[in-house]
Amino acid sequence: MRDLAETSPRHRPDAGGAVVSKGHWAHRHLLDVDQLTRDELEACLDLAVEMRERRERHEALDHLRGEIVGLAFMEPSTRTRVSFELAATALGGQVVNLPIEASSVAKGESLVDTLLTLERTGISTIVLRHSMSGAPYLAARSCDARIVNAGDGTHAHPTQALLDALTLREAVGPLEGRKIAIVGDILHSRVARSNIHSLTTLGASVWLAGPPAWVSDFGDWPGVTVANGLDDALADADAVMALRIQLERSGGTSAMSLREYTATWGLDESRMELARQGAPLLHPGPVNEGVEVTAELATSVRSLIGRQVSNGVPVRMAALSLLAR
Amino acid sequence: MSRFGSVDDPPATLILSGARVIDPQAGTDDVRDVAILDGRLVDPRSMRGGADRIEAAGLVVAPGLCDLHAHLREPGMERAETIESGTRAAARGGFTTICAMPNTDPALDRPDRVAWVQDRARSAACRVRVVAAATRSRDGQEIVEVGELAAAGIAGVSDDGLSVASEEAARDLLTSLGALGLPLIEHAEHSATAAGAVMRAGPTATRLGLAGWPAIAELSIVERDLALAEQTGGWVHFTHISTAGALDAIRDAKGRGARVTCDVTPHHLALTDAWVAGWRAFSWEGAPEDPIRAPLDPAFAYDSACRVNPPLSSRADALALMAGVGDGTIDAIATDHAPHPSERKAVEFGTAAPGMIGLETALSLGLAAVEAERLNLGRLLAALSGGPAKLIGETRSLSEGSMADLVLFDPAARWRVEASGLASSSSNTPLLGMELPGVVRMTVAEGRVTYRDGIG
Repeated sequence: MRDLAETSPRHRPDAGGAVVSKGHWAHRHLLDVDQLTRDELEACLDLAVEMRERRERHEALDHLRGEIVGLAFMEPSTRTRVSFELAATALGGQVVNLPIEASSVAKGESLVDTLLTLERTGISTIVLRHSMSGAPYLAARSCDARIVNAGDGTHAHPTQALLDALTLREAVGPLEGRKIAIVGDILHSRVARSNIHSLTTLGASVWLAGPPAWVSDFGDWPGVTVANGLDDALADADAVMALRIQLERSGGTSAMSLREYTATWGLDESRMELARQGAPLLHPGPVNEGVEVTAELATSVRSLIGRQVSNGVPVRMAALSLLAR
Repeated sequence: MSRFGSVDDPPATLILSGARVIDPQAGTDDVRDVAILDGRLVDPRSMRGGADRIEAAGLVVAPGLCDLHAHLREPGMERAETIESGTRAAARGGFTTICAMPNTDPALDRPDRVAWVQDRARSAACRVRVVAAATRSRDGQEIVEVGELAAAGIAGVSDDGLSVASEEAARDLLTSLGALGLPLIEHAEHSATAAGAVMRAGPTATRLGLAGWPAIAELSIVERDLALAEQTGGWVHFTHISTAGALDAIRDAKGRGARVTCDVTPHHLALTDAWVAGWRAFSWEGAPEDPIRAPLDPAFAYDSACRVNPPLSSRADALALMAGVGDGTIDAIATDHAPHPSERKAVEFGTAAPGMIGLETALSLGLAAVEAERLNLGRLLAALSGGPAKLIGETRSLSEGSMADLVLFDPAARWRVEASGLASSSSNTPLLGMELPGVVRMTVAEGRVTYRDGIG
């Protein structure tokens, strides 16, 4: 680890947060959306729209020309990994996949040593998915490569939050003053944490609904309301985001049984009627149909699930190109 | 230029001239000369010429510090620390006695293993008292041979790292130890309640997405053991208490006349759970203004040096514990010095071994609290010397005729905590890079100079 003695000994993080002027991108890593100002968030979403258009026109882009992007997914993922791979390739970068099964980590090498080895092969950006909260921060202070957090434990998933913000902005317009309901297991969700940061930074008010054990700790978060039941959260909501219930965890959860969860917090067409007319449904996927949302709702006109997936590539193109500046 | 000695060296003869001499037991605090002749404190006027005279104006002389809780890692984990390196760290920190905890490999659960450590420590840089395991291999079930261990001179028994798992074992231990005048030293943590937790439950844990250790994990064992101690008449000592709730329960039990004592670590007084998110100010200096939204700094956030068990407390808990030291509810400040080699720490926060070193920074953290007027200097020194010493049957006195056992330190001088400057074999502390008040100039244990720095 880098010697912390090099840095300020009496460090107060919020005494001097990064000052970033509009249009200027001063971040070396993308660890979470909490590091981004409202202007930076908007700029990133605008750039994603531009990227999407240029990609549709099959323009040859060269933002990552000569760069090697390493995808270090220490936890299974399909959509996030594929969309990072497509994004980096679309920007003219070269992509190296680190397969988990064959990785040195499985042989007992530490995360830091694995990443330093990748770096020595010429990889300049590492996209890291890891099961433990905070792993990208360890990576960022241990390596010279740029680190992009592709999901860490139950902490953060910044590019998911960016693609959700883009999808929402395009469906309901500017997010200032909007009521966005997030339903499910907030406590164990990196998607929820990052979305709370980005949506509240963009001016939305976020309502959380779910079993009390999964939502009550968030009551003092700025811009967040812990709803008094699902109907309270859905009432006049401009959009609703359902989270994936971790079936592997819910078997033994102390919060409630899966059956009770679905009966109390599951979303269907009739419950969505409480929300603003035509309010869209988002879900980070993969959906457990019939658990957190019904199959009918997941495939209805309200559903933006497909749009979220397709926005994943341009948003990640925007993020990678901003970091490469 | 610093030098180490050992408790096996020839006794010292020297004069500390014009020091501020604080003896909390005697309740004295005055400026005078301290004379040591052949290891014993004597009247300075009786000293003949030729004695090493050390100009000590502006420096403080206090009784030798005593640590109830240190991990020396020997046998079994000598890469992290040895009896030699750990006792040097102690001497450099002003300690003249430390208690070695039994969670070594193998555990110190038999008289021969206790004797092995005692033998290795015979020429160490401070006295080493052994805390034996409470149960065989620290399995929490089968209790150790308490009588034989007591005869070997142990300071108490503990399954530290864990509570004594079985309530029946805890009751039997309290019963048999009580008769011997020894404490059951409890690490109060209900293992099922704390399972999987890596930091203190609270807003910072929620923000960081780290599993939280609830205060009830400590309180439930404290209440169990208080009930058992009162039932059996045994003596329970709670080590490294970390919550206001546990402190209150102990204060109440003391009020009822229960045989209960406790200690707190310097890091649970000075550091807070916000340190895990990268905050670097002491508990009494304030809290982050925006703990939920302020950007995390990758240089400090999720620093595994902040992973410790029990985890760093909330600010409210830290300040309550400070008050507990002030009012005497807490008998001692003990370091829980827990060295780890770098490969156990240069990993993800949740994978890192819990623990931080503390022997070389304990006095300084206490002095920082004194500077901030959160603690009285006399009370700090009592909690670091006479308070803990009494619990292991030692005395501390600076009066003439006593064996010289003292620390000489400069309370105003500051030093930067750097890995290369530490006597410990390990450097796992989040204080690296920080400047702290209080530099130990000399430590005298049992009349022998065990450490001196920058003088003579």
